[in-house]
Amino acid sequence: MPPADRFKLALALIFALVSCSTGTHEIVLASTTSSEDSGLFEALLPAFQRAHPDYRVRVIAVGSGEALRLAERGDADVVLAHSPRAEEKFMAAGHGESQRPVMFNDFVIVGPEADGAAIRGLRDAASALARIASSSAPFVSRGDDSGTHAREREVWAAAGVRPTGSWYVEAGQGMGAVLMMASEKQAYTLTDRGTYLSLRDQLLLTVLVEGDPALRNQYSVIVVRGAVNLEGARAFTRWITAPPAQKLIGEFGLERFGRQLFTPNAGRS
Amino acid sequence: MDVLLEGLREALGLLLSGDPYLWQIIARSLQVSGGAVILGLLVGIPLGTWLGLARFPGRGLAVALVNTGLALPPVVVGLFVYVLLSRQGPLGGLGWLYTPSAMIAAQFVLAAPYVAAITLAAVGSVPPELRLQARALGASRWQALLLHLREARLSLMAAVAAGFGAVISEVGAVMMVGGNVRGETRVITTAIILETRRGRFATAMALGLILLAIAFAANAFITRVQQAQPRRRRPLTS
Repeated sequence: MPPADRFKLALALIFALVSCSTGTHEIVLASTTSSEDSGLFEALLPAFQRAHPDYRVRVIAVGSGEALRLAERGDADVVLAHSPRAEEKFMAAGHGESQRPVMFNDFVIVGPEADGAAIRGLRDAASALARIASSSAPFVSRGDDSGTHAREREVWAAAGVRPTGSWYVEAGQGMGAVLMMASEKQAYTLTDRGTYLSLRDQLLLTVLVEGDPALRNQYSVIVVRGAVNLEGARAFTRWITAPPAQKLIGEFGLERFGRQLFTPNAGRS
Repeated sequence: MDVLLEGLREALGLLLSGDPYLWQIIARSLQVSGGAVILGLLVGIPLGTWLGLARFPGRGLAVALVNTGLALPPVVVGLFVYVLLSRQGPLGGLGWLYTPSAMIAAQFVLAAPYVAAITLAAVGSVPPELRLQARALGASRWQALLLHLREARLSLMAAVAAGFGAVISEVGAVMMVGGNVRGETRVITTAIILETRRGRFATAMALGLILLAIAFAANAFITRVQQAQPRRRRPLTS
């Protein structure tokens, strides 16, 4: 083959590769770092792909706050978020076409085995944070306006504490990075249980406070009004709230962690 | 378009109002990258000078290694420094992870090859007769070497600028080993990522403008040095 033809062939191949990733059937899903870090999408998306071979899902894993802002700007078709107050505002402002519950899990407060602030076994998350603050034990905050960060601030508010000082570390990173940092610093942090379990082997952290109703973590799926791929967004929402996907969600984690990480609740709310 | 223009206007306002959050981040960036470049000079200048003047077997390989250092991916450097400094790592006892010290260490690894490579090129470009003449006129080996370095000083300053420009705009390594902690290890690049994610475009743009200004200053300096050099050398050979 003459070099010129080879060059043209190469160009055509590159073009084909590039264009198949930007086809009109792509669904942009803005989601949260906690659902990405736990590995849920790796388990779910292949099943969606089998059910809808025409669509491709591109997951943008960011904090819930950013996920909603992306959607507001029209940069996402569908959102999976866990920041109920921010979602309420988003829907009230008319940015969303529909909102449906998908699943829930819970937040836990984790910390070093030594537990210098003595919060182990407390049922009330707010009083646990109050103890951490009064003993100035190091606490790593997401500090990134994510759903987890929003919940953490709510619990601080319930504790009547304004966290400031060198013990309060504002990381500005995703859940996985914050857990690694808390482990290194032997600090406390608030995390969703899924991300904690998926990283547990690398962490020198243990669950100290759990079970407070204030720590329930509800995920919802939102179809963005006027989405570029509105049909795809609706198809994804129908799929993830239907029994087969809900069953997959309920089974996720059983094999790897020996326990259920998310409880599907699309049927109820 | 509105987002862009409004963001830029707000960004200028923030910079001019002396917003403490912004200026603290800028100061930390200058401190970390400046520290890394100074350490890079301490190692890179001797190494580059030696490689530029000495002749020994395997020198070609050593030069190639230094030049490869120019292309070290920051995330890979970040990964290795992270593993070294983490609790379970060999240097975990230092307690450096997530502190500016760790960031300086990582950026030092990135900056030193810049300084070494440019020093190497600079000392190689000074005519060797200069040193021979100096020796003939009675200078000691060290005096001759210092004279040689003096002739190459503009290029050495370019080495500083190039190294600084490279590390201050680097984000992978500082994010990993520094952790982007507010008030402690948050620098211009990591702050831009976070503020963009939070939708605070004005703050992100203000930091972006500063970073552009720093990169521009560094490169303007390098360009000037490069253009000035041929004119400087003529009187030497006469």
